[in-house]
Amino acid sequence: MIEIRFHGRGGQGAVIGAEILAEAAFLEGKFVQAFPYFGVERRGAPVTAYTRIDDSPIRLRTNIYTPDHVVVLDPTLLEIIDVTEGLKENGWVIVNSHKAPGDIDVGSHRVAVVNATSIARKYGLGSVSAPIVNTSILGAVSKATGVVSIDMLTSSIRNRVPSKVEENVQAAKDAYNSILVDQNAR
Amino acid sequence: MKKVLSGNSAAAYGSMLVRAEVISAYPITPQTKIVEKIADLIANGEFKTEFVKVESEHSAMAAAVSASLVGARTFTATSAQGLLLMHEILHWASASRTPIVMVNINRGLAPPWSVWADQTDSIAQRDTGWMQFYCESCQEVLDTMIQLYKVAEDKDVLLPAMLSEDAFLLSHTSEIVDIPDQEKVDDFLGTFDPEYKLDVNRPMSFGSLSMPHQYYYEFRYKIAEAMENAKNKIIEVERDFEKVFGRSYGGFLDLYRCDGADIVLVAAGSMSSTIRIAVDEMRDKGHKVGLARLRVFRPFPVEEFKKLAKDVKIIGVLDRSFCFGYEGAFFTEIKSALYNMDDRPLVKGYVVGIGGRDVTLDVIFEIIDDCMKTTDTKEESFKWIGLKG
Amino acid sequence: MPDDHEINYNSYKELPPSPIATGSSLVFKTGGWRTMRPIIDLEKCKKCGICWKYCPDVSIIIVEDLPKVDLDYCKGCGICANECPFDAIVMVEEESI
Repeated sequence: MIEIRFHGRGGQGAVIGAEILAEAAFLEGKFVQAFPYFGVERRGAPVTAYTRIDDSPIRLRTNIYTPDHVVVLDPTLLEIIDVTEGLKENGWVIVNSHKAPGDIDVGSHRVAVVNATSIARKYGLGSVSAPIVNTSILGAVSKATGVVSIDMLTSSIRNRVPSKVEENVQAAKDAYNSILVDQNAR
Repeated sequence: MKKVLSGNSAAAYGSMLVRAEVISAYPITPQTKIVEKIADLIANGEFKTEFVKVESEHSAMAAAVSASLVGARTFTATSAQGLLLMHEILHWASASRTPIVMVNINRGLAPPWSVWADQTDSIAQRDTGWMQFYCESCQEVLDTMIQLYKVAEDKDVLLPAMLSEDAFLLSHTSEIVDIPDQEKVDDFLGTFDPEYKLDVNRPMSFGSLSMPHQYYYEFRYKIAEAMENAKNKIIEVERDFEKVFGRSYGGFLDLYRCDGADIVLVAAGSMSSTIRIAVDEMRDKGHKVGLARLRVFRPFPVEEFKKLAKDVKIIGVLDRSFCFGYEGAFFTEIKSALYNMDDRPLVKGYVVGIGGRDVTLDVIFEIIDDCMKTTDTKEESFKWIGLKG
Repeated sequence: MPDDHEINYNSYKELPPSPIATGSSLVFKTGGWRTMRPIIDLEKCKKCGICWKYCPDVSIIIVEDLPKVDLDYCKGCGICANECPFDAIVMVEEESI
């Protein structure tokens, strides 16, 4: 079973992002589960969301404590939350940031970076001040982790996104192609 | 058709599949997505229904009772504080014998505010004359909605039914759900056509006064009788449902690896899935542990528990609620059901998961371990598991 | 279930599932509760319909534009007499009629 944890802020699309990832894996024939954890359903408040993917039906209905990968939709969260808590040794940390991967401090974990904010703005996803970055960063998740293919991811986006469907698909593809990986990582 | 759906979406699709004719609901976290999804389905033309916008849950249930009295198949949904506000009209619904189906998202009661899983809200409605079902998966939510209309609308039952799903653990958890064909659901359910209904061409007055020497007492007996009738109907509908849709949920008690078990855990709702994993691990190690998932709380499955208890040494009951001044409701009621047995097992009670506290595998193993360590079978115990020291 | 006559059951088994009455208002003629009776002076009546509107028991019936008291159901509450702006309705003791 693969467990993925999303860190975001209310309004960035972490919860829907976890669902889109789950649906993409479902389209690949996997069993899936996606669920959120948040205090208040408000824009800006820190939100966590989770996706489980497995080859057999998923019975575990608990929080995820030792994720295989972590996705960070907002770089400011790196300063206030230990996003690597419980992260498995070979796990990826995929961060939405304009920085170079080497400038992101997540200990010894593998880091992948994508500028999801600028991609989301380019395609007019969300507003300029509050871009919706979920579909962009999922392109990077697909590329870095390979848990779902970019084809199934774009199918899932088409099923799930209510508006600007092709823009969201293109954003995922842009991110898939522009991901930066820390070359020094193990 | 298989889709990835949350428990909330499953409930919304369920209301469409049963062709609910009137829906009156007031949004409340974590039920809101049910109302939103129904609004989407109506807006895009998929779902033809009368959605009644109301200003409170009290009004939502009042509108539901009226709609059901007219003979409309009626649906509503709520959670926690909303369910408590409905309490008065819950009695009206059952005593008016309106077969309304309601989804309740089990959520903690304030204060302190919590939107997380806790079954105290529905347990507190135990004596309202509603049937109560607890679901384990999003698929079960959808399937049970179909079953409940069939049970509730039966002329020998005619009682409202509440379907409970744990906040977030089901309401907001997306997983694979097989949406049955509309034609199959139509054939299975038929239409709702009660013998007594509000009809301008055949005037009747409903809910009038009854003096002590008249029939109040007898009307209450008839509700009791209807609950008894529901027992057979629930089993019959479960059997018929399996024939048509190929899925079943064990009726009242969903028994998992209880054959030859020394220790059986009893739990309701989403934590049952996690318990199954623990049971498998214990069985792999050679320990005879099983799970009896309590699916129906009203009518209470007394006979099923007696049958289960015959060959079991210890029953460990997990309550995601607490009746202040006594103990967990499931614990109390299971002991009561077994009291007159000659050779009854020891029943132990555990409070877990209150206010959404995660019921992890560690929690379940701690409880199994506590059951296994019990040597004095006359001892009774009741514990809150995992209190922060 | 009996229609249009007094409702009486010998056993709970005969009862409908919930408290339902058919034709109960046809059986229970609540005019019997009355001690005062409204008398309408049709000379003073301006056919405004206020008595008809205010009667809580639907016991003012309009016949050929004029109000008439339905004595089968009028409980003698006097609201019509109180509301009539033209003092066309007076309440009279039943005993004196």
